[in-house]
Amino acid sequence: MNVGLEHYLVVSVLLFCLGLLGVIVRRNLLVIYMSLELMLNAANLALVAFSRFNNNLNGQVMVFFIITVAAAEVAVGLALIVALYRKHRTAHVEDLTWLRL
Amino acid sequence: MNLEFLPWLILFLPLAAAAGITLFTLRDRELSARLSIGAILTSFVLGVLFIALNGLHGARETSVTWLHVGGLQVDFGLRLDALSLLMLLIVTGVGGAIHVYSKGYMREDPGQPRYFACLSLFTFSMLGIVLANNFLMLFIFWELVGVSSYLLIGFWFEKPSAADASKKAFLTNRIGDFGFLLGILLVWATLGSLHFGKLEALLKSDPAVLGTLTTVAGLLIFCGAMGKSAQFPLHVWLPDAMEGPTPVSALIHAATMVAAGVYLLCRVFFLLDLPGSHALDVIAWIGGVTALLAALIALQQDDIKRILAYSTVSQLGYMVMAVGVAAPTPAMYHLTTHAFFKALLFLGAGSVLHALHHEQNIWKMGGVLWRMPVTGVTFLLGTLALCGVPPFSGFFSKDEIIAATLSGAHRSPALFALAVGVAVLTTFYMFRLVIVAFLGMPRAGGAEQAKESPLLMTLPLLVLAIPSVVAGFWQIPQAYAEQLGHPHLEHTALAMAASLGAVGVGLALAIALYGGAKADPLSEKLGQLAEALRHRFYFDELYQATVIRAHDLLATVADLVDRWVIAGVMVRGVHGSTELVGRALRLAQSGNLHSYAFLLALGVVVVLYFVLGK
Repeated sequence: MNVGLEHYLVVSVLLFCLGLLGVIVRRNLLVIYMSLELMLNAANLALVAFSRFNNNLNGQVMVFFIITVAAAEVAVGLALIVALYRKHRTAHVEDLTWLRL
Repeated sequence: MNLEFLPWLILFLPLAAAAGITLFTLRDRELSARLSIGAILTSFVLGVLFIALNGLHGARETSVTWLHVGGLQVDFGLRLDALSLLMLLIVTGVGGAIHVYSKGYMREDPGQPRYFACLSLFTFSMLGIVLANNFLMLFIFWELVGVSSYLLIGFWFEKPSAADASKKAFLTNRIGDFGFLLGILLVWATLGSLHFGKLEALLKSDPAVLGTLTTVAGLLIFCGAMGKSAQFPLHVWLPDAMEGPTPVSALIHAATMVAAGVYLLCRVFFLLDLPGSHALDVIAWIGGVTALLAALIALQQDDIKRILAYSTVSQLGYMVMAVGVAAPTPAMYHLTTHAFFKALLFLGAGSVLHALHHEQNIWKMGGVLWRMPVTGVTFLLGTLALCGVPPFSGFFSKDEIIAATLSGAHRSPALFALAVGVAVLTTFYMFRLVIVAFLGMPRAGGAEQAKESPLLMTLPLLVLAIPSVVAGFWQIPQAYAEQLGHPHLEHTALAMAASLGAVGVGLALAIALYGGAKADPLSEKLGQLAEALRHRFYFDELYQATVIRAHDLLATVADLVDRWVIAGVMVRGVHGSTELVGRALRLAQSGNLHSYAFLLALGVVVVLYFVLGK
């Protein structure tokens, strides 16, 4: 079986949808956060696939940037979640609604 | 001799006194009174000095440029001629006597410093009118007189009637002043100048320069005089203005404010007496009608101050009528003598009120003459002068007016008859007042215990009594005539006979009716008419029903528009719709992360559908 660009893209879309679904339906902030990472990596997968099949390195450079930024983001995000949990003893999104008008 | 600084000093001394009292001495009654009295008496002395050194005649001016806008140049200037200098002496002289009298009359009033500050401000404004050399400056001081008279009439503002009276005086004056302002604008628009001297020269060289607007311009200027001099139909404010302290009544209604209208007419007489203008005829008839109406109303008033007030309106009608028959010299002559004896009468009435604890009804007086001899005798002298008994001052001036109605191009036998009729009425109502209040026996307890007023009040009475009696021999008309023209009086013998006859008839009627009367016998004899006179011909009621009703209606409509259209639909509408949209949008802000994420995803799908799907 010859694996082509379409296969990679389908996997990427599946991963993205799984991530979005996780963001929408899960209640724990930590899990939502992991789902977000999943969506980022779905995009990374698509970019790398395009790069491979178009013989162009631009996509891979983009991926490196995304991974770097995502690492920084994870550090900050996790720190926020920990701080929130310490203060309110919860990490469920239903309980975190003080910003509503 | 260069004495240009003297008129400036005369003008600004009272203002300085007013400012000084308001800023520094409001706590010091004695000093305030002295400042105010000192200022006006100094002005009087300086005025006499100026005339003594410079003579009375020849128009001189001293001015500084004030405004220069486009083609309009307005000076702040003083015009010094016979008319303004004599008027200046009247204002400061009679005003000075009233100031001194006020110190006695207002001795116990806690607001005395404020009173004297207002009095000085009033004097300043009046001097400004007298000395102004152009229309704009005159108008500004004209309004200042309006303001200061408002302050003085409403001096006892805690009394609602006084507050209302001051408002009424101010508003009624404003109506007249509106016409006056239009007249000034008209003159400026057609002639391009506001300076009295230039206007006079312009109109002398080309009397037809105003064209069809001649009459209109004259009448609009007259509107101002109508308000200030309380001419029909704007006469209603003057009797109500009696709510002020009595010296204020004397100041406003004798020597100054009401005289301003007549003075204005004489000052701009060159503008009224133009070929093709009918302004003078209108002025003459309004003056005549005012004189008659006011004299009739005075017949049935019981309040001593109101009788004098209507008498003032009536005499002002006389003066305006004299201007209307192209005789400004007799008008100014009568204004001068009237200032003396009417100030005397008002101050005398004030002295009586002071002694009777402010009982104003003449039917509760009686026998005042025996208990207050100085007040009584001077009041009697003033009455004789007002009625025109020879050789008192009023006889000469009134006689000239009556003669003037039969002379010159504007002669009118109807006005002559009217003038003589008013003279009869004047004598009648004044002697009614004298017989009821001053002669006979006291009718009430207050009158029995009346005591003569202190020297501070009787002295001004005595001082004013002198010119009231002898001013007829002072060559006053000659002084005015130098500037305003000698009236060519015809039928002087007839006029004199008529005026003497009028005095005789009036006096006989008054003695016959009121000698020993307990109640007013005229009320029964006149029946319905007496009721109308008592109610002042229902003028106030008429204005209440028409002008004020219409005004209230307009105000109601304006209020509805403001409340419902502007505040309702426009302001509240914008505010309400914004709030409504805000409330609706707030529902979307649930604070629920799931729904946010779902809506975001939905949004992306919709965008993608539109971008890619087509």
